[in-house]
Amino acid sequence: FYLTPPQVNSILKANEYSFKVPEFDGKNVSSVLGFDSNQLPANAPIEDRRSAATCLQTRGMLLGVFDGHAGCACAQAVSERLFYYIAVSLLPHETLLEIENAVESGRALLPILQWHKHPNDYFSKEASKLYFNSLRTYWQELIDLNSGETTDVREALINAFKRLDNDISLEAQVGDPNSFLNYLVLQVAFSGATACVAHVDGIDLHVANTGDSRAMLGVQEEDGSWSAVNLSYDHNAQNEREVERVKMEHPKSEEKSVVKQDRLLGLLMPFRAFGDVKFKWSIELQKRVVESGPDQLNDNEYTKFIPPNYHTPPYLTAEPEVIHHKLRPQDKFLVLATDGLWETMHRQDVARIVGEYLTGVHHQQPIAVGGYKVTLGQMHGLLTERRAKISSVFEDQNAATHLIRHAVGNNEFGTVDHERLSKMLSLPEELARMYRDDITIIVVQFNSHVIGAYQNEE
Amino acid sequence: AARMFLRLLSDIQWRAAHPKWRRMTSSQRSTSTTAEPHLVSLPAQAQVVICGGGITGTSVAYHLSKMGWKDVVLLEQGRLAAGTTRFCAGIVSTARPVSIELKMAHYSNKLYQQLEQETGVQTGYMKTGSISLAQTQDRLISLKRIASSLNVMGIPCEIISPKKVLQLHPLINIHDLVGAMYVPEDALVSSANVSLALATAASRNGVQIHERTCVSHVTIQKGRVTGVETDRGRIQCEYFVNCAGQWAYELGHSGEEPVHIPLHACEHFYLLTHPLKEPLSSSLPTIVDPDGRIYIRNWQGGILSGGFEKNPKPLFTEGRNQLEIQNLQEDWDHFGPLLGALLRRMPGLEALQIMQLVNCPESFTPDMRCIMGESPTARGYFVLAGMNSAGISYGGGAGKYLAEWIVNGYPSENVWPLDLKRFGTLQSSRTFLRHRVMEVMPLMCDLKVPRWDFQTGRQLRTSPLYDRLDAQGARWMEKHGFERVKYFVPPGNDLLDLDHSKTFYKPDWFDIVGSEVKCCKEAVCVIDMSSFTKFEISSTGDEALESLQYLFSNDLDVPVGHVVHTGMLNENGGYENDCSIARLSKRRFFMISPTDQQVHCWTWLKNRLPDDSNLVLEDVTWKYTALNLIGPRAVDVLSELSYAPMTAEHFPSLFCKEMSVGYANGIRVMSITHTGEPGFVLYIPIEYALHVYNEVMNMGQKYGIRNAGYYALRSLRIEKFFAFWGQDLDAFTTPMECGREFQVKLDKGMEFLGQEALWEQKQNGVYKRFTMFILEDHDTDMDLWPWWGEPIFRNGRYVGKTTSSAYSYTLERHVCLGFVHHFDEKTGEKLVVTTDFINQGEYEIDIAGQRFQAKAKLYPFSSLFTQRRRKDEVELSGYQRE
Repeated sequence: FYLTPPQVNSILKANEYSFKVPEFDGKNVSSVLGFDSNQLPANAPIEDRRSAATCLQTRGMLLGVFDGHAGCACAQAVSERLFYYIAVSLLPHETLLEIENAVESGRALLPILQWHKHPNDYFSKEASKLYFNSLRTYWQELIDLNSGETTDVREALINAFKRLDNDISLEAQVGDPNSFLNYLVLQVAFSGATACVAHVDGIDLHVANTGDSRAMLGVQEEDGSWSAVNLSYDHNAQNEREVERVKMEHPKSEEKSVVKQDRLLGLLMPFRAFGDVKFKWSIELQKRVVESGPDQLNDNEYTKFIPPNYHTPPYLTAEPEVIHHKLRPQDKFLVLATDGLWETMHRQDVARIVGEYLTGVHHQQPIAVGGYKVTLGQMHGLLTERRAKISSVFEDQNAATHLIRHAVGNNEFGTVDHERLSKMLSLPEELARMYRDDITIIVVQFNSHVIGAYQNEE
Repeated sequence: AARMFLRLLSDIQWRAAHPKWRRMTSSQRSTSTTAEPHLVSLPAQAQVVICGGGITGTSVAYHLSKMGWKDVVLLEQGRLAAGTTRFCAGIVSTARPVSIELKMAHYSNKLYQQLEQETGVQTGYMKTGSISLAQTQDRLISLKRIASSLNVMGIPCEIISPKKVLQLHPLINIHDLVGAMYVPEDALVSSANVSLALATAASRNGVQIHERTCVSHVTIQKGRVTGVETDRGRIQCEYFVNCAGQWAYELGHSGEEPVHIPLHACEHFYLLTHPLKEPLSSSLPTIVDPDGRIYIRNWQGGILSGGFEKNPKPLFTEGRNQLEIQNLQEDWDHFGPLLGALLRRMPGLEALQIMQLVNCPESFTPDMRCIMGESPTARGYFVLAGMNSAGISYGGGAGKYLAEWIVNGYPSENVWPLDLKRFGTLQSSRTFLRHRVMEVMPLMCDLKVPRWDFQTGRQLRTSPLYDRLDAQGARWMEKHGFERVKYFVPPGNDLLDLDHSKTFYKPDWFDIVGSEVKCCKEAVCVIDMSSFTKFEISSTGDEALESLQYLFSNDLDVPVGHVVHTGMLNENGGYENDCSIARLSKRRFFMISPTDQQVHCWTWLKNRLPDDSNLVLEDVTWKYTALNLIGPRAVDVLSELSYAPMTAEHFPSLFCKEMSVGYANGIRVMSITHTGEPGFVLYIPIEYALHVYNEVMNMGQKYGIRNAGYYALRSLRIEKFFAFWGQDLDAFTTPMECGREFQVKLDKGMEFLGQEALWEQKQNGVYKRFTMFILEDHDTDMDLWPWWGEPIFRNGRYVGKTTSSAYSYTLERHVCLGFVHHFDEKTGEKLVVTTDFINQGEYEIDIAGQRFQAKAKLYPFSSLFTQRRRKDEVELSGYQRE
């Protein structure tokens, strides 16, 4: 049986979300026009997460995609918590003091983040107090450390990633008197998640990546064509530098076993990740925590299982690689996506499809005859072609949805084949994972005028 | 004056000698600007100040100066003819459906033709002719209707076959055509040069022209224009003429007292190409392909082609905006469909090279007709704007009429369809205008069938019963923003949707309206007539009566409770308004006029009533819901609801009384209908409207009551030869000419407006006569229906046009109303029309080129008046006595 086009659309659009940055009158205009995001599950429930927020106490916007494995607990926790760690890392000393004083005296807290969430993007209510206390300990330490230096975004990102992963690990070791929470923190620690986070402030774009999700910049060349620039490195076996790093961190004797069958210890695909304490803790620690933990954990074969050749932990880190990029007017958009997208599509195609979609929707590139010699017939042909393209694009109001449609439905000619799309989307749950992975995409669109103006100022 | 001319316009002379100047780019233009050393200072005062140096402004200046008004200053914010005029396509086309527009275009054409000789300025005038193409039979019918009116005006015009089109224009693909209309005398001009020529002639006659002078606002004191503030100082003046084109709305709103000029700009695109390999002849006719939404003219060996797309781009909604001006760029994607239509029409042009896509905003009005006339709120403030992309075609004629209006107090033709006062403040909302012009611009090309309605800007003014009526199947039309019912679709009776119901033949509502008419004749119907304009005039002493006696031709000194039908006439005895006035008390009068009279009538009275605080004029239109009970059983319904006898002995015709209906008290009941049927109109304070309506409908059930709409009303009034103001009557029609002498009391013992003119007509006879025509050999099912504007032929000669028509369900024939003239066979001079002249002719009505025999009547069929009552009999005998 086949899904009808409206059925296909309702599946594709179920998780789509768009945010337009409000325009301010002349001042404080943002280099981000807005973003579109969407998710298509293959796992049930989906193990990917996404987050987007505006920093309220500093400038800039945060966007991230998180790919969970061995369950979604870790990805969920990271999607809720990481941006707070980043925001706090970026805060100046005075603001930190102000916040701490407010908490101390029970006054209302300065809002740190404004979230842009799809209704399906939930936050755990039960753990919020626990998470908050860990975060507070972090900023108290930052206050004590007061370096007096202005915060460097790269360092802030790295610190935040590492600190959160450390807190996840600690919380699991300490446990919680509340049995529900106790189980939750263990689930978070024993599952894992990669993270690919972008911070945009003016023309400064930082991408911090841990794992095999990817950030890609869409660049429009002078002739109007589209090209892709990578703003992250995959942390997996395909990345020689990464393989080298892992091998360097362990004795020569483990050279053969530490990366096996393109996996870390022959088990894990991403070479960096949050959580996954099975690749971080000593065997003793793992045994102690599992034994003293709740029964559910104890009965779980996976948690009890110690990876083979596990001699010199930790084998895994959450420390991100950060790439800094100064935005230029030709940088039109940024795509953050989990590996579900990149497995099916080449980044060059992604750049082209999104680029044409965005320009088609907004007619950003009107035709001008100027000094060219164009005949009526040529112009007519050109316009007919443009109209045909626009009409197919208009099915989607969201660039991420449009990209998913292509990722899932593209045939060998690179155009969306409804039959194929329908088949892929009607796979039963247990089969879906065989044909595709969870896909999560955020497409951030930049305001070239603002970026041009910034450039002129500098 | 000679010196003034030299001062002016060394500049214009220079331009006339260098006609290529206008094609220079703006940067070159600005160099020439800087070259001019200093500006001549403005005069401190002038009789007339005109704002706007485009085609309309220069045309007004030209005609004022021709009529001897020399103390005129024309101000232009930039350069003469540099706005829309500079960019317009320069097509002078007379093929216009509205008669006054046709006359303006015809005059413009004649004016431009001789302008070069008169002024020495090259206007580029070239008589190329124009061909309007029809891709469908319906389109061909609409062209034939226009051809009929052109022919009787003496403008050559013929309906031609597609093959003939090909002979006239070798590039056209004729495979999808069913016919075309050829107007050989249509012309092309360089519009900017025409404007400059008019300016040159005007300045020679003494008009001062100042460029780069911006009018900031007009000062108005005590309702009169006193002067103009500009960026270069103030000019005192008696008259101001707003010819600011697309900026007219803003200029109107710039002063303390706003003058509402409802127009809105839309982007308009046309294409210019390089010359063909074998350059097109400059005498090749202009092609108009309304079904393809495009026009194509020859241009410097290549073509110029633009059109009116379905999805227009309105702009300057929030006023003049630099960003929007800068963004006025070529939008090829937007132009795509029109380019497709062009290449379908002329496939041979594929290889023709593009020169430019010009984006030239045009201003549009809510009803597709231009705006001229005097502001209702500021005397001496005149307007000519909103040309709906036909500025060149209308400019000459419109300028002439407006100049006449300023100089004489009224123009030489009936320009009511163009009068600014047809609009009120209600059409001035920017949202309304933005939405409406988005409908109007595509309508330039859409097929206009009888009785089409605008779809945007609706449900603005409604009766309190709107929802009730709508739920009962009402279909609506709009007049002056007010929703009125056309007819009620009975449950289970589906009519065609809007597009499919467009026809020149028998409409799909035929039987529905027939049954409403039948009910009006046999039982009783309710029609909501709340849209009518309602005024109250009262005074502490006799001022109200005295003033009204002077302003109205009938005798209003009647007993309290009487209703009088009377004309509100101008000095020439013409109808400025036709209304019913009830004397509520000795010193209080209630006046009902047509819906679209709200602004005009108010202004007319305000300007003529003495400035006396004892005399109060109030617009109470919004206070009352009017329900018209029509039919023989109306009397039964009403007497049951009021426990009052309503028979003719107790409540004679043309009587007015406040009484209770149901629980509601203070309902003003008048024994009048607008159709000649027996019945009443109930003027109900709006909060009682729903109650009274419910009571009437409940009580009426046993008498077979039902709702009816205006189409039934129209059929009833036309078969009874009742004239309506705005349709049949206008400022150029007197009561004597439409058999209403009985509504004029020449001997009422005091002077009244128009009296002298009417005396003269009474003595010397009339030059046109309102006549009823019954179509004889017309097949209602198969033949085209008459609408209005059809030529009337007497013994094969043209004698006039119809003004309205309807199918009479009683006579089972079509009835047309119209005016018969008597043109001298040799000279064409208008002669007196006698009763014998009317009666002794054989008549034909021309519907889209096909002539139908018609029987002429000067009196209605007395058999149609089912129940005569006291007053009616008097009135009818008034008809007959004549």
